[in-house]
Amino acid sequence: MALALGTGAVILVVLFWELIRPTLKGALARGRLLWSLRRGPSAPTGYDPGRERRAEQRARALLRSCIDDYDWAMYRDLGFLRVWGALGKHERGEEATYAYLIYPHKPIVAYLPQTGALLNEYCVAFPDLSRPYGSSRLPDSDDVLAKWMALTADERRLVADANMHLPGRQVDPGRVRRDLLRLTRWERTHVGTGERLGRADTLHA
Amino acid sequence: MKLLRMKPGHGEIVLAEGDIEAPEQERELIEAFRRELDAGMWAAVPTGTPDGRREAELVKSFAEVPRDAERVIFFPRAAGGAPRATRSGH
Repeated sequence: MALALGTGAVILVVLFWELIRPTLKGALARGRLLWSLRRGPSAPTGYDPGRERRAEQRARALLRSCIDDYDWAMYRDLGFLRVWGALGKHERGEEATYAYLIYPHKPIVAYLPQTGALLNEYCVAFPDLSRPYGSSRLPDSDDVLAKWMALTADERRLVADANMHLPGRQVDPGRVRRDLLRLTRWERTHVGTGERLGRADTLHA
Repeated sequence: MKLLRMKPGHGEIVLAEGDIEAPEQERELIEAFRRELDAGMWAAVPTGTPDGRREAELVKSFAEVPRDAERVIFFPRAAGGAPRATRSGH
Protein backbone atom coordinates (compact mmCIF):
# COMPACT_ATOMS: atom_id res chain seq x y z
CA MET A 1 0.00 0.00 0.00
CA ALA A 2 2.78 2.36 1.04
CA LEU A 3 4.76 1.43 -2.07
CA ALA A 4 1.79 2.17 -4.33
CA LEU A 5 1.22 5.52 -2.64
CA GLY A 6 4.94 6.43 -2.94
CA THR A 7 5.03 5.50 -6.59
CA GLY A 8 1.89 7.51 -7.23
CA ALA A 9 3.42 10.53 -5.48
CA VAL A 10 6.57 10.32 -7.60
CA ILE A 11 4.50 10.08 -10.78
CA LEU A 12 2.46 13.09 -9.69
CA VAL A 13 5.59 15.15 -9.01
CA VAL A 14 7.10 14.23 -12.39
CA LEU A 15 3.86 15.07 -14.21
CA PHE A 16 3.56 18.36 -12.35
CA TRP A 17 7.19 19.23 -13.21
CA GLU A 18 6.60 18.45 -16.89
CA LEU A 19 3.53 20.69 -16.85
CA ILE A 20 5.18 23.74 -15.31
CA ARG A 21 8.60 23.38 -16.97
CA PRO A 22 7.79 25.41 -20.15
CA THR A 23 6.25 28.20 -18.07
CA LEU A 24 9.26 28.29 -15.77
CA LYS A 25 11.68 28.34 -18.70
CA GLY A 26 9.84 31.27 -20.29
CA ALA A 27 9.77 33.19 -17.02
CA LEU A 28 13.50 32.61 -16.51
CA ALA A 29 14.31 33.82 -20.04
CA ARG A 30 12.23 36.96 -19.56
CA GLY A 31 13.93 37.59 -16.22
CA ARG A 32 17.37 37.23 -17.78
CA LEU A 33 16.44 39.65 -20.57
CA LEU A 34 15.12 42.26 -18.15
CA TRP A 35 18.19 41.91 -15.97
CA SER A 36 20.56 42.35 -18.90
CA LEU A 37 18.60 45.41 -20.09
CA ARG A 38 18.78 46.97 -16.65
CA ARG A 39 22.49 46.19 -16.41
CA GLY A 40 23.10 47.67 -19.88
CA PRO A 41 26.05 50.03 -20.37
CA SER A 42 25.64 53.10 -18.17
CA ALA A 43 27.55 55.32 -20.59
CA PRO A 44 26.22 55.53 -24.13
CA THR A 45 28.70 54.14 -26.61
CA GLY A 46 28.82 53.74 -30.33
CA TYR A 47 27.89 56.15 -33.05
CA ASP A 48 24.73 58.16 -32.50
CA PRO A 49 23.98 60.54 -35.40
CA GLY A 50 21.67 62.70 -33.29
CA ARG A 51 24.23 63.12 -30.54
CA GLU A 52 26.99 63.92 -33.05
CA ARG A 53 24.76 66.49 -34.74
CA ARG A 54 24.00 68.21 -31.46
CA ALA A 55 27.70 68.15 -30.58
CA GLU A 56 28.55 69.76 -33.91
CA GLN A 57 25.93 72.46 -33.35
CA ARG A 58 27.47 73.30 -29.98
CA ALA A 59 30.94 73.28 -31.51
CA ARG A 60 29.85 75.66 -34.29
CA ALA A 61 28.40 78.06 -31.73
CA LEU A 62 31.66 78.00 -29.77
CA LEU A 63 33.74 78.53 -32.91
CA ARG A 64 31.53 81.42 -33.96
CA SER A 65 31.96 83.08 -30.58
CA CYS A 66 35.76 82.89 -30.80
CA ILE A 67 36.59 83.99 -34.34
CA ASP A 68 35.57 87.24 -35.99
CA ASP A 69 32.49 87.60 -38.18
CA TYR A 70 34.47 87.58 -41.40
CA ASP A 71 36.24 84.32 -40.59
CA TRP A 72 32.99 82.80 -39.41
CA ALA A 73 31.31 83.68 -42.68
CA MET A 74 34.24 82.12 -44.54
CA TYR A 75 33.94 78.87 -42.59
CA ARG A 76 30.16 78.79 -42.85
CA ASP A 77 30.20 79.35 -46.63
CA LEU A 78 33.34 77.48 -47.67
CA GLY A 79 33.91 74.85 -44.98
CA PHE A 80 37.44 75.92 -44.09
CA LEU A 81 39.29 78.77 -42.40
CA ARG A 82 42.23 80.78 -43.67
CA VAL A 83 44.77 81.89 -41.07
CA TRP A 84 47.58 84.24 -41.98
CA GLY A 85 51.07 83.04 -41.12
CA ALA A 86 52.55 85.10 -38.33
CA LEU A 87 56.15 83.91 -38.24
CA GLY A 88 57.02 86.26 -41.07
CA LYS A 89 55.68 89.31 -39.22
CA HIS A 90 53.61 91.72 -41.22
CA GLU A 91 51.67 94.82 -40.39
CA ARG A 92 47.93 95.01 -40.77
CA GLY A 93 47.05 95.90 -44.34
CA GLU A 94 50.14 94.25 -45.77
CA GLU A 95 49.95 90.89 -47.42
CA ALA A 96 51.20 88.00 -45.30
CA THR A 97 54.01 86.03 -46.83
CA TYR A 98 52.16 82.76 -46.31
CA ALA A 99 48.89 81.47 -44.95
CA TYR A 100 47.21 78.28 -43.80
CA LEU A 101 43.96 76.60 -44.67
CA ILE A 102 42.32 74.81 -41.77
CA TYR A 103 39.99 71.94 -42.65
CA PRO A 104 38.13 69.83 -40.11
CA HIS A 105 39.98 66.60 -39.40
CA LYS A 106 42.43 67.11 -42.24
CA PRO A 107 45.97 68.39 -42.29
CA ILE A 108 46.59 72.14 -42.18
CA VAL A 109 47.75 73.27 -45.62
CA ALA A 110 50.33 76.06 -45.90
CA TYR A 111 50.39 78.09 -49.12
CA LEU A 112 51.59 81.34 -50.66
CA PRO A 113 48.68 83.79 -51.00
CA GLN A 114 50.42 85.71 -53.79
CA THR A 115 50.80 82.75 -56.13
CA GLY A 116 48.60 80.03 -54.69
CA ALA A 117 51.59 77.69 -54.51
CA LEU A 118 51.15 74.97 -51.92
CA LEU A 119 53.99 74.69 -49.41
CA ASN A 120 53.35 71.89 -46.93
CA GLU A 121 50.78 69.82 -45.13
CA TYR A 122 50.89 69.83 -41.35
CA CYS A 123 49.18 66.73 -40.08
CA VAL A 124 47.97 67.37 -36.56
CA ALA A 125 45.20 65.89 -34.43
CA PHE A 126 43.69 66.61 -31.03
CA PRO A 127 42.71 63.16 -29.78
CA ASP A 128 40.77 63.05 -26.51
CA LEU A 129 42.10 59.84 -25.02
CA SER A 130 39.30 59.70 -22.45
CA ARG A 131 37.01 58.67 -25.37
CA PRO A 132 33.78 59.62 -23.58
CA TYR A 133 31.56 58.06 -26.25
CA GLY A 134 34.02 55.53 -27.58
CA SER A 135 35.72 57.97 -29.93
CA SER A 136 38.65 60.32 -29.42
CA ARG A 137 37.52 62.55 -32.30
CA LEU A 138 36.27 66.07 -31.52
CA PRO A 139 33.32 67.48 -33.47
CA ASP A 140 34.42 69.04 -36.77
CA SER A 141 34.11 72.65 -35.66
CA ASP A 142 35.90 71.93 -32.36
CA ASP A 143 38.78 70.46 -34.37
CA VAL A 144 38.89 73.63 -36.49
CA LEU A 145 38.76 75.81 -33.37
CA ALA A 146 41.53 73.81 -31.69
CA LYS A 147 43.74 74.27 -34.76
CA TRP A 148 42.84 77.96 -34.99
CA MET A 149 43.63 78.56 -31.30
CA ALA A 150 46.89 76.63 -31.45
CA LEU A 151 47.96 78.40 -34.65
CA THR A 152 47.11 81.91 -33.54
CA ALA A 153 48.54 81.37 -30.05
CA ASP A 154 51.73 79.47 -30.80
CA GLU A 155 52.24 78.77 -34.47
CA ARG A 156 55.81 77.59 -34.01
CA ARG A 157 54.81 75.01 -31.41
CA LEU A 158 51.93 73.62 -33.45
CA VAL A 159 54.10 73.32 -36.53
CA ALA A 160 56.75 71.55 -34.44
CA ASP A 161 54.17 69.09 -33.04
CA ALA A 162 52.71 68.30 -36.45
CA ASN A 163 53.91 65.76 -38.97
CA MET A 164 55.02 67.79 -41.96
CA HIS A 165 54.57 66.42 -45.46
CA LEU A 166 54.83 67.72 -48.97
CA PRO A 167 51.52 68.85 -50.52
CA GLY A 168 49.40 66.00 -51.77
CA ARG A 169 50.16 63.48 -49.07
CA GLN A 170 46.63 63.51 -47.64
CA VAL A 171 44.80 66.45 -49.14
CA ASP A 172 44.28 66.50 -52.88
CA PRO A 173 46.25 69.52 -54.23
CA GLY A 174 43.67 69.99 -57.00
CA ARG A 175 40.99 70.28 -54.38
CA VAL A 176 43.04 72.83 -52.40
CA ARG A 177 43.59 74.92 -55.53
CA ARG A 178 39.87 74.85 -56.23
CA ASP A 179 39.25 75.92 -52.64
CA LEU A 180 41.69 78.81 -53.05
CA LEU A 181 39.79 79.91 -56.14
CA ARG A 182 36.52 79.60 -54.25
CA LEU A 183 38.07 81.72 -51.50
CA THR A 184 39.17 84.38 -53.97
CA ARG A 185 35.68 84.52 -55.49
CA TRP A 186 34.09 84.52 -52.07
CA GLU A 187 36.26 87.41 -50.94
CA ARG A 188 35.33 89.40 -54.04
CA THR A 189 31.65 89.04 -53.25
CA HIS A 190 32.28 90.02 -49.65
CA VAL A 191 34.25 93.19 -50.39
CA GLY A 192 33.24 95.83 -47.93
CA THR A 193 31.80 93.44 -45.39
CA GLY A 194 35.02 93.14 -43.43
CA GLU A 195 37.93 95.32 -42.54
CA ARG A 196 40.37 92.55 -43.33
CA LEU A 197 39.43 92.47 -46.99
CA GLY A 198 42.33 94.81 -47.66
CA ARG A 199 44.51 91.74 -47.41
CA ALA A 200 42.46 89.51 -49.65
CA ASP A 201 44.36 86.89 -51.53
CA THR A 202 45.66 87.95 -54.91
CA LEU A 203 45.59 84.52 -56.38
CA HIS A 204 46.43 83.86 -59.95
CA ALA A 205 44.30 81.22 -61.47
CA MET B 1 34.85 83.28 -15.76
CA LYS B 2 33.92 79.98 -17.33
CA LEU B 3 36.17 76.99 -17.83
CA LEU B 4 35.04 75.02 -20.87
CA ARG B 5 36.29 71.74 -22.25
CA MET B 6 35.83 70.36 -25.74
CA LYS B 7 34.49 66.83 -25.63
CA PRO B 8 34.00 64.26 -28.40
CA GLY B 9 30.35 63.51 -29.06
CA HIS B 10 29.22 66.46 -26.98
CA GLY B 11 30.79 69.79 -27.88
CA GLU B 12 31.95 71.93 -25.01
CA ILE B 13 31.04 71.29 -21.41
CA VAL B 14 31.24 73.77 -18.56
CA LEU B 15 33.79 72.53 -16.01
CA ALA B 16 33.55 75.43 -13.61
CA GLU B 17 32.13 78.89 -13.47
CA GLY B 18 32.72 81.63 -10.97
CA ASP B 19 33.74 85.14 -10.11
CA ILE B 20 37.51 85.38 -10.07
CA GLU B 21 37.28 88.19 -7.51
CA ALA B 22 35.56 85.92 -4.99
CA PRO B 23 38.31 83.91 -3.20
CA GLU B 24 36.21 80.78 -2.74
CA GLN B 25 35.13 80.71 -6.38
CA GLU B 26 38.62 81.54 -7.57
CA ARG B 27 39.94 78.55 -5.61
CA GLU B 28 37.43 76.28 -7.32
CA LEU B 29 38.40 77.67 -10.71
CA ILE B 30 42.09 77.10 -9.96
CA GLU B 31 41.43 73.51 -8.88
CA ALA B 32 39.44 72.76 -12.01
CA PHE B 33 42.13 74.42 -14.11
CA ARG B 34 44.87 72.27 -12.55
CA ARG B 35 42.84 69.08 -12.98
CA GLU B 36 42.55 69.68 -16.71
CA LEU B 37 46.22 70.51 -17.14
CA ASP B 38 47.16 67.42 -15.13
CA ALA B 39 44.94 65.41 -17.48
CA GLY B 40 47.12 66.60 -20.36
CA MET B 41 44.85 69.26 -21.81
CA TRP B 42 45.91 72.53 -23.35
CA ALA B 43 44.26 75.72 -22.15
CA ALA B 44 43.54 78.66 -24.43
CA VAL B 45 42.00 82.05 -23.81
CA PRO B 46 40.27 83.65 -26.80
CA THR B 47 41.40 87.26 -27.01
CA GLY B 48 41.26 90.23 -29.33
CA THR B 49 44.10 92.39 -30.58
CA PRO B 50 43.97 96.19 -30.42
CA ASP B 51 43.40 96.29 -34.20
CA GLY B 52 40.28 94.15 -33.84
CA ARG B 53 41.62 90.78 -34.87
CA ARG B 54 40.62 87.73 -32.86
CA GLU B 55 43.26 85.29 -31.70
CA ALA B 56 43.97 82.99 -28.79
CA GLU B 57 46.55 82.75 -26.08
CA LEU B 58 47.80 79.44 -24.69
CA VAL B 59 48.21 79.51 -20.91
CA LYS B 60 50.13 77.07 -18.75
CA SER B 61 48.98 78.23 -15.34
CA PHE B 62 45.99 79.99 -13.89
CA ALA B 63 48.19 82.99 -13.11
CA GLU B 64 48.68 83.50 -16.85
CA VAL B 65 44.94 83.81 -17.47
CA PRO B 66 44.03 87.48 -17.92
CA ARG B 67 41.89 88.60 -14.97
CA ASP B 68 39.24 89.92 -17.33
CA ALA B 69 39.04 86.75 -19.44
CA GLU B 70 35.48 85.51 -19.81
CA ARG B 71 36.42 81.92 -20.54
CA VAL B 72 39.22 79.45 -20.81
CA ILE B 73 38.85 76.63 -23.32
CA PHE B 74 40.53 73.30 -22.69
CA PHE B 75 41.23 70.97 -25.57
CA PRO B 76 43.35 67.85 -26.05
CA ARG B 77 47.00 68.55 -26.73
CA ALA B 78 48.17 68.41 -30.32
CA ALA B 79 49.69 65.23 -31.63
CA GLY B 80 51.19 64.65 -35.01
CA GLY B 81 48.46 63.02 -37.02
CA ALA B 82 49.02 59.46 -38.10
CA PRO B 83 50.56 59.48 -41.56
CA ARG B 84 48.33 57.84 -44.12
CA ALA B 85 49.38 56.78 -47.54
CA THR B 86 46.03 57.44 -49.12
CA ARG B 87 44.78 60.83 -50.09
CA SER B 88 41.31 61.96 -49.14
CA GLY B 89 39.05 64.63 -50.46
CA HIS B 90 36.97 66.85 -48.27
